[in-house]
Amino acid sequence: MVEQAAHLLVHGEIWTLKDLFVLPNEYVYWSIQIVLYPYMTGLVAGAFVLSSLYHVFGVEKLKEIARFALVFSFALLPVAMLPLMLHLQQPFRGIHVMMTPHFTSAISAFGIVFMTYAVIVASEIWFVYRKFIVESIERLENKQRTGLEGLLLLIYKVISLGVRDISPEALQADHKATKILAGIGIPVACFLHGYAGFIFGSVKANALWMTPLMPVIFIMSAVVSGIALCIVCYAIFMWLRRWALPRGKNFFLPDQLAGTMQLTTDDLREMQEHETTMTAKYLRIFMILAITLELLDIIFRGYTAVKSWDILRQVIYEHDFYKIFVLQYGIGNVLPFLMLILPGLTTRRACVASVLVLFGVLMMRWNVVIGGQAFSLTFDGFMEYSLPIIPHSWETFKEGLGGVLLVFAAPFVIFYFLNMIFPAFYNDDEAH
Amino acid sequence: MKRRDFLKSTAVFVSGAAVSMSALEMLDPKEVLAQNPELRWGFLVDTHKCVGCGMCVKACKTENDIPFDANVTRTWVERYVMTREGETFKDSPAGARNGFTSKLIDQNESGMKNVPDKDITQAFFVPKLCNHCELAACVQVCPVGATYGTKDGVVLVDRKWCIGCGYCIMGCPYGVRFFHPVVHTADKCTLCYHRISKGGNTACAQACPFGARKVGNLRDPNDPISKVIMSQRVGVLRPEYGTKPQCYYIGLNEEVH
Repeated sequence: MVEQAAHLLVHGEIWTLKDLFVLPNEYVYWSIQIVLYPYMTGLVAGAFVLSSLYHVFGVEKLKEIARFALVFSFALLPVAMLPLMLHLQQPFRGIHVMMTPHFTSAISAFGIVFMTYAVIVASEIWFVYRKFIVESIERLENKQRTGLEGLLLLIYKVISLGVRDISPEALQADHKATKILAGIGIPVACFLHGYAGFIFGSVKANALWMTPLMPVIFIMSAVVSGIALCIVCYAIFMWLRRWALPRGKNFFLPDQLAGTMQLTTDDLREMQEHETTMTAKYLRIFMILAITLELLDIIFRGYTAVKSWDILRQVIYEHDFYKIFVLQYGIGNVLPFLMLILPGLTTRRACVASVLVLFGVLMMRWNVVIGGQAFSLTFDGFMEYSLPIIPHSWETFKEGLGGVLLVFAAPFVIFYFLNMIFPAFYNDDEAH
Repeated sequence: MKRRDFLKSTAVFVSGAAVSMSALEMLDPKEVLAQNPELRWGFLVDTHKCVGCGMCVKACKTENDIPFDANVTRTWVERYVMTREGETFKDSPAGARNGFTSKLIDQNESGMKNVPDKDITQAFFVPKLCNHCELAACVQVCPVGATYGTKDGVVLVDRKWCIGCGYCIMGCPYGVRFFHPVVHTADKCTLCYHRISKGGNTACAQACPFGARKVGNLRDPNDPISKVIMSQRVGVLRPEYGTKPQCYYIGLNEEVH
């Protein structure tokens, strides 16, 4: 007997409010970290698709942001796994998913899909930056090195994999490889995220989740959020660089440090303006697709009105009305869409709109994940989730506001260091 | 030794060793026990006999080390109260671990509901537990195979292998699963596998003073529960999910799911 365990709080009990009839074991088991998981994988996939628009389809206008999107996608990649680890009750056993996958489960594919994707992105970055890596080795070898530069040289030597050939033929081959990898990468990125949608869409016990549209809706919103994040971050980093350039703060300008570019603030401004407004165009297209699918889902449910519609209607139009129609569709979709289609788009307006889009997609994830647990399996009661703000324990930290901030901050920290090795804003006419 | 001789004697040795090794086939005692095609555990609940005393919940928690005060339970009892206006009120306060001792119906945030006796057309209790489905959704969705079905029809969780992702909890249409507050892995009714596989009874069925709950072998036509299932009108919960539940109910009606 576990006698000392009196007044034990069950996982989920602390943040779940029950109303009317809810089964005794029902709680909001999948909380904020599971909201963040599809959100982060969506950002990864979206950023990659954006970079591929240039690499595969040769959209020249997106050249600058494409390289940034690729490196940023790589920085986001480990963070896509972080929410899952924070959510697991037995995080140290997380590796079982890769070691002993049980193939009838949608989650078991995670290891395979995730690793495939990671390998593709890593090798694409390698091909894109190979010339830069070799040049950096030569540059660093022929100069008096500081301690940090010595470390950088070592890193470059390791990741060059001993290949120093940068003849035109070799570079041509790199170019071709990049294109092929980006081409394979698009379906894999879509699969990575569509499959996250499948994890939800295939839960037959959940009336809100179960729809074959779920993977497609997830892919579209993934591309939307990924592009929006790239616009915001690209613009912000360019502002930072414009601030750093005249002040000689070279730690924000690794490309400048490498001496491969001679930039002026005007160049940077022009580049920033051009890229953000161009990318915003693609954002609009994917937004239309995403919203169409989401509305189709709601209309179809209302029209067919099967048994579960009774409770879903109450959740969608009453309990979660504010979150769905005001926050998600209003502030997160309609408002930024209007901002993007009004003529004379500026970087600043594109950025504000993109931030709203990011918020809208986050709310969409919230409304799917938390909304799907807002009603009882019996359809006779409701559950409400309240996000723990002040952490009282490890659990309320990781599945509360603390965990959210941790997950949001992590990609930027990774990107800062990754940018030291692979300058995301490195500009070279010969490069891809 | 000539090469030919060497090959010859190697072949003889390998084949001889293989023959004798084949006699040492690894036998898992659990598999031998479970492979009995004559055995398929099932459960029968007679809702007419249940009075909502909660002895089954208490016995289950004690037997299976589920902390008594923790608000999760492997089995619970639901109360249904129907009124003249056609309303149905349901509750199961703390899984009815202390039994139903009040006429007030617990509506959680909406408070306690008082339905006057004269308005009640019918009221009854329904005990619930894991249905040990033939095509269990939880077994299908477990990413590491920690949840599995035994050959004799019981769905179990391997506490040493469960990663605690909660997918099975989400996947179960009956809400029988939860995270164990001490072990921190998915948990559910085992049909007291440790007892029934040694010829015993489940803790809940043993504790039930009215014989509302019974465990038995569905493959044995002479088993008391098989006889009832064959000769009376019984139902299962939520057959629309296609999980083929193996827990049968006498006296189900459409409000129960």
